[in-house]
Amino acid sequence: MLVDSPPKRSAEPISAPATPKRYALRAAGLLVSCGVLLLICVASIAVGAKSVPLADVWGGLFHNTGTGNDVIIRDVRLPRTLLGFVVGAALGVAGAVMQALTRNPLAEPGLLGVSAGASAAVVSAGSFLGVTSLTGYVWFAFLGAAVVSAAVYVLGGSRGATPVRLALAGTAATAVLYGYINAVQLLDAAALDRLRFWTVGSLASADMETIGKIVPFVAVGLVLSMLLARPLNAMQMGDDTARSLGAHLTRTRILSMIAITLLCGAATAACGPIVFIGLMIPHVVRAATGPDMRWILPYAAVLSPVLLLGADVVGRVVTRPSELQVGIVTALIGGPAFIHLVRRRRLAQL
Amino acid sequence: MKAVKALRTPGGLSLRIDSRAAGAVLLLAAAAAAVAVVLIGSGDFPMSFGDVVGTLLGNGTAAQEFIVQDVRLPRVLVALLVGASLALSGAVFQSLARNPLGSPDVIGFSQGSTVGALTVIVLFGGGSLAVAGGAVAGGLVTGIAVYTLAWKRGVQGFRLVLVGIGVAAVLTALIHFLITKANLVDATRATLWMTGSLDGRDWAQVWPLAGMCAVLMPLVFAHGRPLRMLEMGDDAAYALGVPVERTRVVLMGSGVLFIAGATAAAGPIAFVALSAPQLARRLTRSPGPNLASAAVMGAALLLFADWIATNAFGDRMLPVGVVTAVLGGGYLLWLLVTERRAGRI
Repeated sequence: MLVDSPPKRSAEPISAPATPKRYALRAAGLLVSCGVLLLICVASIAVGAKSVPLADVWGGLFHNTGTGNDVIIRDVRLPRTLLGFVVGAALGVAGAVMQALTRNPLAEPGLLGVSAGASAAVVSAGSFLGVTSLTGYVWFAFLGAAVVSAAVYVLGGSRGATPVRLALAGTAATAVLYGYINAVQLLDAAALDRLRFWTVGSLASADMETIGKIVPFVAVGLVLSMLLARPLNAMQMGDDTARSLGAHLTRTRILSMIAITLLCGAATAACGPIVFIGLMIPHVVRAATGPDMRWILPYAAVLSPVLLLGADVVGRVVTRPSELQVGIVTALIGGPAFIHLVRRRRLAQL
Repeated sequence: MKAVKALRTPGGLSLRIDSRAAGAVLLLAAAAAAVAVVLIGSGDFPMSFGDVVGTLLGNGTAAQEFIVQDVRLPRVLVALLVGASLALSGAVFQSLARNPLGSPDVIGFSQGSTVGALTVIVLFGGGSLAVAGGAVAGGLVTGIAVYTLAWKRGVQGFRLVLVGIGVAAVLTALIHFLITKANLVDATRATLWMTGSLDGRDWAQVWPLAGMCAVLMPLVFAHGRPLRMLEMGDDAAYALGVPVERTRVVLMGSGVLFIAGATAAAGPIAFVALSAPQLARRLTRSPGPNLASAAVMGAALLLFADWIATNAFGDRMLPVGVVTAVLGGGYLLWLLVTERRAGRI
């Protein structure tokens, strides 16, 4: 559904006069990306501490007979894959919206401390208020994400804000928030034990209940982002141009913030802070599709889960039989990608 | 009004003295000394201010001598030297990056030292000397890596900072990786080391630190003037006769060694490197890196934080790193707000 909507709007006046051939290419690219996503999902179900043959994957998904492999697939691998899909899409789209909103190529929920804000709120809720269920602390995650993304926007939206200043402010804020998280966990051993793996960013504890709880929030966030694609296109050209093109600046900003908060808050509540997904994918996509948000957002929604699930599969394989948390793998991949970006690009105002 | 005086000797030498900055340095040194004496006097065996001073001058009883010389003095000296080293490292990097947030704990050097130390703890199970060596090696390797990666026909401050942030992210992931790989004993040891603590520091930590400071401090102070020129931009500095890249390499090398040495001695202590130079600059109200006042400020800050950590929570002693993280965090928030208003962040 989300995937189909952009081509339909193609004839509308604000879009660049692209040829039908280019549209066909982009649509085909999106289809190929969906295919890759499907392959990664199958790999994520099949690969792990115990490898499952592909034939059993099919059987386990559609003809449950209760064999060992079926149980592994249904109770462990499938929820994990679905969670990776949902969280990946949320983080990728949030990153793309954030980059468009702040006109900043380095904007990313993890890098700018939004995920850390959500984590800090969750840790406080767990430690001081005794909130331990996901339904309880997802609201705190939203609160933390909202506060930090508002702060980021205030910093990043000001006229003098350059990418480097924003990135520095975000890194510093992340450092403070993690300092706080560490202090809370040091003083409260029970909280440390409960949230030790959560704060690294992991898909390992996925279950269907968690997914069911965050899916509505992520879905609203995704739909809201897709609806904002056109005003965001206008916003990318600067406030004055956007206004003259008929975009509602304040409305777009507020709605974008809500979308970012929903996406990041839900993703962080479900599996802890995961960095760099929202940074890398929009850049890769933009190189292929150009700056049109109506293409960037669907591509990001499809390709970010590919990266996240891919990182998760790699994390399961490289240190077999134990596994590496997906947050560690994405940082190990994302850090070099970030450095490459910094070296390659002439970032505005740097 | 700004009072800048010049001391002239008959031989034609002259020394420019900013009286406000000199006053600030003296004031901070006095404050640091006072906190140090109080810190030495407090603990399970309390001593009065006069007793501590007397014992330090060699007039104490045998018990007092033992407590002061073997237990509390080394800890205080480590705090002094670590604080000064962190602050100098921060002053150098903030000045090179031309941004108050471009300090070594934000751009990855602390993390580099931590990875070095954790590698020794987790993979080799080495003793404390090996851990210190690992921390220094990790910091140096990180410094070289960041500089090389940021090199593109010269190094510009902003690229250095951004590459540092990227490297810091990778290193943080490595830290998590090492901790998840470790067995429980090593993990506990690593976590303890990572909070940044002055507990149980003795003369074995003091001497290497003192040696490092004795070599590096004159070197950095001698480069204070070129560093100030560099703040005006590479081109302007070059035109004023500063060998830009050479100065930067020397200063970066010293800065990395400072932070690595400090981390080796006391673990990664957050935010002293960030806040001390900024506070010093506000106190002296003079432009430029303010190296001397930053160093004294760092020493005073860390001693004060250690006093809070050991005394403010009753029986419960926190590691000093937790206190500096909270204090520094509050300061950082304030900095973000005010500097943004002034358009400097």
